[in-house]
Amino acid sequence: MGIEVNGKTYETDEEGYLTNLGEWNEDVAAAIAVEEKIDMTQNHWEVVNFLREYYNEYQIAPAVRVLTKAIGKKLGPEKGSNSYLYELFPYGPAKQACKIAGLPKPTGCV
Amino acid sequence: MSEGVSKRFMFVNRKAPYGSVYALEGLEVVLISAAFDQDVSLAFIDDGVYQLLRGQDTKAAGMKNFSPTYRALEGYDIEKLYVERESLEARGVAEADLLVDVKVLGREEMAALMDEQDVVIGF
Amino acid sequence: MLHIVNKSPHERSTLAACLAHARAGHAVLLIEDAVVAATRGSAATLAALPAGVSLYVLSPDLQARGLAGQLAEGITAVDYRGFVDLVAAQPRVQSWL
Repeated sequence: MGIEVNGKTYETDEEGYLTNLGEWNEDVAAAIAVEEKIDMTQNHWEVVNFLREYYNEYQIAPAVRVLTKAIGKKLGPEKGSNSYLYELFPYGPAKQACKIAGLPKPTGCV
Repeated sequence: MSEGVSKRFMFVNRKAPYGSVYALEGLEVVLISAAFDQDVSLAFIDDGVYQLLRGQDTKAAGMKNFSPTYRALEGYDIEKLYVERESLEARGVAEADLLVDVKVLGREEMAALMDEQDVVIGF
Repeated sequence: MLHIVNKSPHERSTLAACLAHARAGHAVLLIEDAVVAATRGSAATLAALPAGVSLYVLSPDLQARGLAGQLAEGITAVDYRGFVDLVAAQPRVQSWL
């Protein structure tokens, strides 16, 4: 499987996660967001960028509970809640935000 | 989950990383265990202490360096990391060479701690 | 605690690590390749057995390797039923990989 952006095909797994996270760029992210029917706002990008920073530092995608806590710490308590993240990503920050950020599916995603 | 009884789980790591899949698999099991609100601790004995060594660089070996993930454990509320003193000494590794904060225990203390657990899982 | 070891002490340090952490009242069961540690010729590997720790070997694995006649003194051979009894008698099991 794959996703085509600007004439280039990016390989994805059967669930739509980018195979090679090194290939990620904002255009690919925007294209995956379209497939996920997400209208990307600055708040969406904030979470996506946070996830990429987290991954760069720890080499894993965080579990939702861990993401919520870490977002609250970094971006303010009003954003560190399940309801805020699910409002942005209705099918779950793990399923959608990680996918848009080009990360693998989180370990411990239950 | 709040109604469940919390049990003491200890994951015992005694293999070096990269040569087999045990260290990485053990780490993934630990991360998943965090979702179940149990009392989780990690023990590093024998070659398991090499999992926590600073300065791992897997680029040339073409493998994923998962050592930074041990630093994520704190965010998962897994803060009980125990390293056996005899294992460090036998390998010439100092506590300062490790990439996370740990508690160094002598072998007898480690054995006593293992004996207090409800579940001990080795990797 | 029932400790289970399945690696030969001549190939891996698993048995030594197990014995170093076994405590009085615990039991150690040798299975698969670890049964070679239960023979008279290899019994030196068990010198580190702590006081109060009882030692068992799984006889089907001993027999399979032609070692049934060489069981060292002080080690109890058990069959699969005995294996189950050991698990039931101890509050926890720790498998050493």
